[in-house]
Amino acid sequence: MDCDQAIHRVYEYLDGELTVWRRRAIARHLDECPPCAQGFTFEVELRQVIVSKCREEVPLDLRRRIAEALGIPEPA
Amino acid sequence: MADKTTFAAEAMPFMSALYAAALRMTRNPSDAEDLVQETYLRAFRGFEGFREGTNLKAWLYKILTNTFINQYRAKRRRPEQVDLDDVEDFYLFKRLGGAEAVEAARTAETEVLDAMPDAEVKAALEAIPDAFRIAVILADIEGFSYKEIAEITDVPIGTVMSRIHRGRKQLQKRLWDFAQERNLAPRSGAPIKSPTP
Repeated sequence: MDCDQAIHRVYEYLDGELTVWRRRAIARHLDECPPCAQGFTFEVELRQVIVSKCREEVPLDLRRRIAEALGIPEPA
Repeated sequence: MADKTTFAAEAMPFMSALYAAALRMTRNPSDAEDLVQETYLRAFRGFEGFREGTNLKAWLYKILTNTFINQYRAKRRRPEQVDLDDVEDFYLFKRLGGAEAVEAARTAETEVLDAMPDAEVKAALEAIPDAFRIAVILADIEGFSYKEIAEITDVPIGTVMSRIHRGRKQLQKRLWDFAQERNLAPRSGAPIKSPTP
């Protein structure tokens, strides 16, 4: 496995969408290739940053409206 | 009649996540609130048909996504411009210093990301065309598998994969644009390859 082959599969690898055999081949390449390993790590960290910066608080008014519409106890 | 108590106990904990996804889809708080409320009403009505042991979270997201596509997208006057530019692999990583330039200080690229205001990251995600944005939201924010996203959005798995991959690259491009506008990107870190025009 070379760098291009590994990088081409970066998303499938990080998404856990590869066969065990392919995963191992990429993992072996990452062990031997620090620049690729850094790139893969960056993609993981980028996703964590996006998730943490896209959190939202549900407006209390919306919680109340939905509870009322469904006839279930309203949030305190 | 759907069991109110069961529905409340099982479906309500997903409200924060659904609301965040709705905001990224509609790009506006008032539409997002309506979308989430509509999703819960539809889910509640369909709850008796929902089989125990199947994926409730995926089912709620399917209702959310369908409602968004059918109601809110239809409101838009002009079709959106789909940027079909091919963006290279590791686009942002290469521009934020590149593997060679930052070998000594490995944390540099993530520091740049951490410094980005939440509003800019949200705006970057919201700038991606609908189909791609929905795929990225479901994969990256909600952690659904390709197969689950294929079921939620009703498209083949190959299409899902291509939308996620291209959507992520579009997102990286927008983030890089923001980073440059704010001079957040390290000036010394010359890209390995120059950005494609």
